[in-house]
Amino acid sequence: MTKTDFPPSIRSRPVYGELAYRPGSLHLMVADGEGANALVDLVARAGAEAPGLLARAHIIYMPGPNGTDLSAVVQALGAAQFHRSPSYASAELRLRKVLADARMGLQVYLAGTEGLIGQAQREAMAAGLPHDAVQTEHRGATVRRVQCVHCKGITENVRTDPFVCAHCGLTLFVRDHYSRRLAAFQGVNIDAEDPGKVPPLVERFT
Amino acid sequence: MSVGAPKIPVTVAEVTEVNDLIKRFRFVRRDGGPMPPFSGGAHVVVEMDDHGTRRMNPYSLMGDPADSTGYCISVRRDEAGRGGSLYMHHHVRPGMQMVLGAPVNLFALDARAREHLLIAGGIGITPFIAQMAQLEALGGRFELHYAARNRALGAYMPALRAAYGDRVHTYFDDERQLIDLPALLAGQPLGTHLYVCGPKGMIGWVRASAEAAGWPRATVHHEEFLAPPVGVPFTVDLAASGKVITVGASQSLLEAIEAAGVEAPYLCRGGACGQCETAVLACDGHIQHNDHWLTDDQKASGTRIMPCVSRFEGRTLVLDR
Ligand code: FES
Repeated sequence: MTKTDFPPSIRSRPVYGELAYRPGSLHLMVADGEGANALVDLVARAGAEAPGLLARAHIIYMPGPNGTDLSAVVQALGAAQFHRSPSYASAELRLRKVLADARMGLQVYLAGTEGLIGQAQREAMAAGLPHDAVQTEHRGATVRRVQCVHCKGITENVRTDPFVCAHCGLTLFVRDHYSRRLAAFQGVNIDAEDPGKVPPLVERFT
Repeated sequence: MSVGAPKIPVTVAEVTEVNDLIKRFRFVRRDGGPMPPFSGGAHVVVEMDDHGTRRMNPYSLMGDPADSTGYCISVRRDEAGRGGSLYMHHHVRPGMQMVLGAPVNLFALDARAREHLLIAGGIGITPFIAQMAQLEALGGRFELHYAARNRALGAYMPALRAAYGDRVHTYFDDERQLIDLPALLAGQPLGTHLYVCGPKGMIGWVRASAEAAGWPRATVHHEEFLAPPVGVPFTVDLAASGKVITVGASQSLLEAIEAAGVEAPYLCRGGACGQCETAVLACDGHIQHNDHWLTDDQKASGTRIMPCVSRFEGRTLVLDR
């Protein structure tokens, strides 16, 4: 299983790369689900730099939204620090603390689903790193984190398009418009003009 | 032609000898009005009429951006240069009328930075003087590391120390003091941006060290104006205007185009901004690319040239100008 290839879209839609070793004083890696394999590949590609990379690595890992849990694989990498969290929400405080204590020279590697990548990238930006200084690689589930433009509520792990907002109950069309500040795609009411005229909910994200 | 805002007719208000090598010039508007606003890091192109030769050199504005009564620049005398700095040192006197381009900033502070780490070498201090005034007014965090050849040539050091105290660190080459760059780069909090201005060697050293220390490219800023090098005269065909011109030994291609009465865009005149980029329609010979703008691939392809600093050697060069 390798990185996900998304079809080309509007500029707003985030694109992801392939994690590559960069020199640094501390290597912070945050991954969920299949993102574990991206970390394994990163270490493999680092070649002779791998021991130094792992000796200064702090890994935060959590299962993906589809239940994939490769904790054992990630732990076996032998990073200086490994922390498993049950969810992103429970990992966020640790992530914030690592970023708050970090100095320039920190490298950030994010791998896994868009929800994880987007939220962790937002924390890195809030800590002062330019968004493009954070490396990302998409693996695993393509479910989306979507903000309803009407009630502003965020629905996690959206699978269908349209979908029903978990907060206000409107049926929302999932756009490729993305907000780095919210770490979410935009959902817009699909039957505003003709209430009740809702197309079937198609499974678009898996 | 400079792209953007109109030029500024000025009078030289003051000329001050700062040290053996550096003079400071202050300009005010001839009509007595306020100067256009600028931000720390901006430069202006000073137009000189050097006994019939038109010279246009970029200099960083060093005054407080909040002061709209005049612009200040510092000019280091370069005996080996093409003559712009010598003209400024030997011929510019208070009361003289001159023309400045509108300010352009290619070395702006990044407002997202948590802290600003400023590294200056020699005359490279000037943009930082304006930036520090701006940061101080806005409550921005900064520290300056400023290296000079010796104490006598450390322009503005006492004033900067008096204004900013222990945020100013000075180093003197002749006392064998060197900026401890690895320690400095390793100790900065996340979100720090780095700015370097000084001699070419220093800029290269700081940028390479920052990259090796894992600083993201977007957090490392530098300013290096290149003076157009002198060279062998050459002939150029300007296809769009139907003229053939000769570029003199101490003239830049851009200056020769302008002297022929052909309008050509520019901003920095130092190979940094990209504004003067021109398409090469035919080239039988070798383009000496001296800019920081074109990529190595573009340079190798021979299809673009930056006339403000680059030259040509060979049989024919045809430009889309
Ligand atoms: S005028 Fe700026 S690169 Fe030539």
